[in-house]
Amino acid sequence: MSDHEYTPKSKAGKWFNDRLPLLTLANHLTDYPTPKNLNYWWTFGGILTFCLITQIVTGLVLAMHYIAHADMAFESVEHIMRDVNYGWLIRYIHANGASMFFLAVYIHIFRSLFYGSYKSPREIIWIIGIIIYLLMMAAAFMGYVLPWGQMSFWGATVITNLFSAIPFVGEGVVTWLWGGYSVDNPTLTRFFTLHYLIPFLILGLVVLHIWALHVPGNNNPVGIDVKKPSKDTVPFHPYIVIKDGFALLMFMIVFAFFVFYAPNILGHADNYIEANPLVTPAHIVPEWYLLPFYAILRSVPDKLLGVVAMLSAILILAVLPWLDTSKIRSAVFRPLYKQFYWILVADVLILGYVGAMPAEGLYLLIARVATAYYFLHFLVILPVLGLKERTIPLPLSITEPVLGGSPNMAMAKKKESKIE
Amino acid sequence: MSDKKTERRDFLFTATYAVGAVGAAAVVWPLVDQMNPDASVKALASTEVDVSSLKPGNTITVLWRGKPVFIRRRTQEEIDVARSVKMEDLIHPEKDEDRAKNPEWLVMLGVCTHLGCVPLNDKGDYDGWFCPCHGSHYDTSGRIRKGPAPWNMEVPKYEFVNANTIKIG
Repeated sequence: MSDHEYTPKSKAGKWFNDRLPLLTLANHLTDYPTPKNLNYWWTFGGILTFCLITQIVTGLVLAMHYIAHADMAFESVEHIMRDVNYGWLIRYIHANGASMFFLAVYIHIFRSLFYGSYKSPREIIWIIGIIIYLLMMAAAFMGYVLPWGQMSFWGATVITNLFSAIPFVGEGVVTWLWGGYSVDNPTLTRFFTLHYLIPFLILGLVVLHIWALHVPGNNNPVGIDVKKPSKDTVPFHPYIVIKDGFALLMFMIVFAFFVFYAPNILGHADNYIEANPLVTPAHIVPEWYLLPFYAILRSVPDKLLGVVAMLSAILILAVLPWLDTSKIRSAVFRPLYKQFYWILVADVLILGYVGAMPAEGLYLLIARVATAYYFLHFLVILPVLGLKERTIPLPLSITEPVLGGSPNMAMAKKKESKIE
Repeated sequence: MSDKKTERRDFLFTATYAVGAVGAAAVVWPLVDQMNPDASVKALASTEVDVSSLKPGNTITVLWRGKPVFIRRRTQEEIDVARSVKMEDLIHPEKDEDRAKNPEWLVMLGVCTHLGCVPLNDKGDYDGWFCPCHGSHYDTSGRIRKGPAPWNMEVPKYEFVNANTIKIG
């Protein structure tokens, strides 16, 4: 928070601001002191905001043409694709936008993991982020059901059946979720309602996420506290706005590639077959962004424990700030953590790959090893590493390595030892 | 403030909270219960199926309450295999005699008890059913033998209305 008192220049502005200090807020957002060493991994917050707005705008438009009824949903989506002016474009942006949203959120999350952005004093930002991520998954899952194709129907059946694993009340909960004895029209209409609602919940949480961020300010690649405002920081506008804008343009090129050249590559062909409750597709796979968790679910031979493992894999992230015992934020100064970080990245990618493969033979074995390692990373490696690891000394300020003429930390280290 | 006065206040607060909580619960319940199956869904409780054209070794699938129901006319060989299985070999022990009162006819929900997919006929290691989603194998009595599903496929309430017609539900 900028400490200086802001007074609008114009009389009208002052009159308005005294009654509702929106201009003070706008001033805070433009002047917001930002660490000057932020790299491009820090641009994904802005990119994610863009993704959310894109999904809300295209979603509103689609809702004007879509019909949430089991007999008409599939045809209404085809109607959007063939008859509605630019309907194909809007639907492809919305469908691929979901994938782009997850691509950006995974980069954003792994950025936090690398630079320790979840650590004190940013735990609340992180936890709000995890809740947003959970809501994103719920919204994406329900959105995938709406076209009422075969994957929609059977994906909905499999995922809602996860709740039947709850002891004693499971069956009742599933019937309640369905509004019947199987996935059917009542399920579709409520999923549509919730799919419409969740993005606005996310929007509210994004406001809290940014609010919580603006209390301590941004973490940065060096991971040490900056004095703000000081030589360590630059104002958000124009410096970060321009950098975020450039990164967004690059991101939009990737986005446009999918929308215009490969709009169905991330989807599944079976979803162009209308839902049929009598035939299950030979191979049910969720969308790519849920595959690692799907692999964890399938790697456990027991139904209830499989569901528990899958949910734990997500919820364990919420307690990460307390599992990681190291006080050093950035992996740049944690040589061992850095290696385990990349092993975790590989582990999650492997889980994603085996999640798309049939659950048998070697794939199943790999899924089990990767699942075990995933939990090992968070429950054993991180707590122990924080206590045992010999870290590289931190620079005194983020300006020091920059003025040293090299972003490389060996320089910072050398300077550090000179000072000692 | 005397002790006596504080206790009186406490009682009033507690009573108010309690009434408030009951009131809130009474308001929330209709909002929750509206999601349960409605009267029109419940009304579709039974269905009648003509099975006269079904030959031994064949299965038909009919829709009941939005779910597939398998009706299989079993061969003598399948019946013998199903009835000779030892109870201790089963994950969810149930006698074939209890699952198919009339041994020739097996009627059960075609829903895998793992996550609700529809298993495929005449497939799997036990020549019964195989679920393609997560690899559960069922025997000729629809009992789970291998894979992640916890229970046998459910036998719904059904009866023979006459020699050719089965009423499910």
